Amino acid sequence: MTGQAVTSAEKAATTLSIGKALNNGLRRAMEDDPKVLIMGEDVGKLGGVFRITDGLQKDFGEDRVIDTPLAESGIVGTAIGLALRGYRPVCEIQFDGFVYPAYDQIVSQVAKFHYRSRGQVRLPIVIRIPFGGGIGAVEHHSESPEAYFSHTAGLKVVSCANPNDAYWMIQQAIASDDPIIFMEPKRRYWEKGQVDTDGEPYPLHSARVLRPGTDATVVAYGPMVRVALDAAAAAVEDGRELEVIDLRSLSPLDLGPVYDSVRRTGRLVVVHEAPSNLGLGSEVAARVTEKCFYSLEAPVLRVTGFNVPYPAARLEEEYLPDLDRVLDAVDRSFGW
Amino acid sequence: MAKGQPPARDGRDDIAPEPEFVQLLNPEGERVEHPEYSVDFSDEEYRDLYRDLVIVRKLDKEATALQRQGELAIWASLLGQEAAQVGSGRALRPQDMAFPTYREHGVLYCRGIDPIMPLSLFRGVDYGGWDPAKYKFNMYTIVIGAQTLHATGYAMGINLDGRIGGGNGSGDDEAVIAYFGDGASSQGDVNEAFVWAGVFHAPVVFFCQNNQYAISEPLERQTRVPLYQRAAGFGFPGVRVDGNDVLATYAVTRAAMDNARHGQGPTLIEAYTYRMGAHTTSDDPTRYRIASEVESWQAKDPILRVHRFLTNQGLADDAFFSSVEEQAAEVATHLRERVLSMPEPDPMSVFDNAYPNGSPLIDEERERFVAYQASFAEGAH
Ligand SMILES: Cc1ncc(C[n+]2csc(CCOP(=O)(O)OP(=O)(O)O)c2C)c(N)n1
Repeated sequence: MTGQAVTSAEKAATTLSIGKALNNGLRRAMEDDPKVLIMGEDVGKLGGVFRITDGLQKDFGEDRVIDTPLAESGIVGTAIGLALRGYRPVCEIQFDGFVYPAYDQIVSQVAKFHYRSRGQVRLPIVIRIPFGGGIGAVEHHSESPEAYFSHTAGLKVVSCANPNDAYWMIQQAIASDDPIIFMEPKRRYWEKGQVDTDGEPYPLHSARVLRPGTDATVVAYGPMVRVALDAAAAAVEDGRELEVIDLRSLSPLDLGPVYDSVRRTGRLVVVHEAPSNLGLGSEVAARVTEKCFYSLEAPVLRVTGFNVPYPAARLEEEYLPDLDRVLDAVDRSFGW
Repeated sequence: MAKGQPPARDGRDDIAPEPEFVQLLNPEGERVEHPEYSVDFSDEEYRDLYRDLVIVRKLDKEATALQRQGELAIWASLLGQEAAQVGSGRALRPQDMAFPTYREHGVLYCRGIDPIMPLSLFRGVDYGGWDPAKYKFNMYTIVIGAQTLHATGYAMGINLDGRIGGGNGSGDDEAVIAYFGDGASSQGDVNEAFVWAGVFHAPVVFFCQNNQYAISEPLERQTRVPLYQRAAGFGFPGVRVDGNDVLATYAVTRAAMDNARHGQGPTLIEAYTYRMGAHTTSDDPTRYRIASEVESWQAKDPILRVHRFLTNQGLADDAFFSSVEEQAAEVATHLRERVLSMPEPDPMSVFDNAYPNGSPLIDEERERFVAYQASFAEGAH
C-alpha cells in the first residue's frame, strides 16, 4: 500500500462489521490508486442497498463512484471498456439473483479477453456480489451462484467470511490483474470482528485453518463459515474436536490445507448453501478422494442447500445448512 | 462539473420542464379537453373509479402497516401511482392479458382479483404461485424488465392464433399489457422487447410508470430523452399521459389496447407519475431526495382531484364519500385478518414443483430429509 497516512480511525486492530470493513477496504483502495472506480445501481448517494459504498461518492466524486443506469450487462460490459482504457472498475451487483443479465459479459467477455489476446490484455475488474440467504428476502435475493463462475476458466472467485478478510481481500482483489468475482456473505454483513489494518494480509488465494481439531475436518466458505465454527464449538460437548477450514478462494481452490487436515482426521464434511449437484463440494470431494484416498475413514459428505430453486423465506430455515445438519453429517461420518 | 457527467442544465426537471402529456382531469379537479382522447363515463362509473382509487390506496396502507408490524417481510408500495394503475387496469378488457412487476397491486385489484393473492409472496410464504392463465394476470416479476419479453411473446402467440382484428373477427380479440418502471427502461430485455414487438407487430402495450425514481436513482440516470419518445426508434407510437389522472390513463390505455387488438401493433405509454413513498419498506428515501420535491407532488394527488371533480359536478355527496371510506376500511381489515391467519408452508413443500416430471435427485433428498427430521423425534440428537 502506498504512502497514505493511516488515520486514527484506522489504527491497527479496530472492531468493525464485515460491511464496514468492506467499506474501509474500498476507501483505502481508492485512495491508493486513482484508477479505481466503483460502479453499480444505487452505489452513489444511497451508498448501495447494503451501504457498502456509503460515503464514497461524497468523498471521491461522481466520476469515481458511478450510479449506473439499471442494466447489469451494461455495468459489466462498460467496465470492460474502462479496464481496456486503464481503469480498475469495481462493479457492484445489487443482489446475487440479478447478476444473470451480466452473465454473458462475465463468462464470454471478462473471462476470455486475456486468453483471446494471447496474454496481451488484462482486465483488472472486480465484480462484487452479495450472496446467500438467511435474510428473509423475496425471490432472487438469496441465491448462491458461485459455482457458475468457479466453473469458468479465466475468472477467479473468492469469498470473505470475517471483517479482517473483508477489509484485506477486497483490496487484494482490486490490486490483482485477474478478473475476480467477489462473493460477499450478505447475511453476515453486520457481524463484527477485529480488523488489523496494519498487519500483513494473508494471501488472497489461500485456504485457512480457523480452528484446529483432530477428529474430523469441516470445510466451508462465506456465510457457512460461522455455521461450521458454531458446529465445532458444539461438537466439543460430544467429545469431538473438529478442524474448521475457510476456503476463502473458490477458484482456484487451495486444497493443500484440506489434504493435510484430512490426512490427520480421516473425515471430511463440506458445507455450502448452494445446491450439492455440481457445486464446490463436489470438486472438493473428488480432489480429496484422489489425494487422500488411503487416509479417509468415510466418504466425503456434503451439507448443502437442496437441489431446488431457493425457496420462499418461511422455508429457508429448512433449506439452509445449520449447526444440526453439520453435526448430523459428522455423526454419519463417524458411523460409517 | 464532473467529467463523466453530461453538461449541467438547470435542475433535475430538465428532461421535461413542463411535461407535455395527455390530461383529462387537472389537479384542481377540472375536466380538460384533448383533441385525441376522451372518456364517456356515466355518473356511476366516475364514482366507481373513485372507489377503486380509495380502496387501492387503503389496501396499500394496510400492507405497509402489516410490514411495519413484522407480518410481511417487505412491501412495495404503490402510493402516488393509484391513477396510473386504476386507469390502465380498468381499461383492460376481460380477455386481455397483463404482465405486472412487483408493484401492480392496483392493476391486480382492477382485474377483479382478490387483493390477498400477492400477499403470500410478501409474507415469505411462497412466490405468489397463482395461475396466470386463470386470472389473465401473470405472476409478479421481480427481475427488472424480464416480463416485457414474456408479454411480447404472449402477444406474438395471439397473432399466431389469429386472435386480433382481421383474424376470426369474433369481437373478443385480445391484447397484452406489460408494466415496467423508468429504471427498467435501461435493461437490455426491455429494449429487446421493443425490437421484437416492432418487428412482429405484436398486440402489446408497454405501460411504463415513470415514477421518477429507480430506488435512489432519478430519471436522468436512465435517459436523456423523455421515455415515450424512445418508441419512435423502434417503429411504433409513444404517448405520455398524466399518470396521476385516472381519466387520461384510462383513455390512453383503452385506445392503445384497442389499436393493438385491431392489428395496429404496439404502443409505448409513459405514465408520468411519482413514487410518494419509499421504494420498498427496506428503503430510506431521505438519503436521496428532498422533502419539498415530495410536497410538490402532493398537490397533484391522483385521488384528491377526483374528489374535487365529483364534488364540483355534484356527482357525489358526503354520504357517498364516507361510505367509500367505510368500505375501504372493511376491505383492509379483511385483508389484515387473512394475512394474520395465513398458514405456514409445509416444510416438505420445499421439494415440490421443481420439475413437472419430478427428479430422482430431489426424491432422494426428500427421503433423506424425512429421515433426518424423524431422527429428532426419536431423540437421536
Ligand atoms: C435485474 C435486476 N436488477 C436489479 C434489481 C434490484 N431492483 C429492484 S427494484 C429496482 C429499481 C426499479 O426501478 P423502476 O424500474 O423504475 O421501477 P419502480 O421500482 O420505481 O417501480 C432495482 C434496481 C432487480 N430487481 N432486478
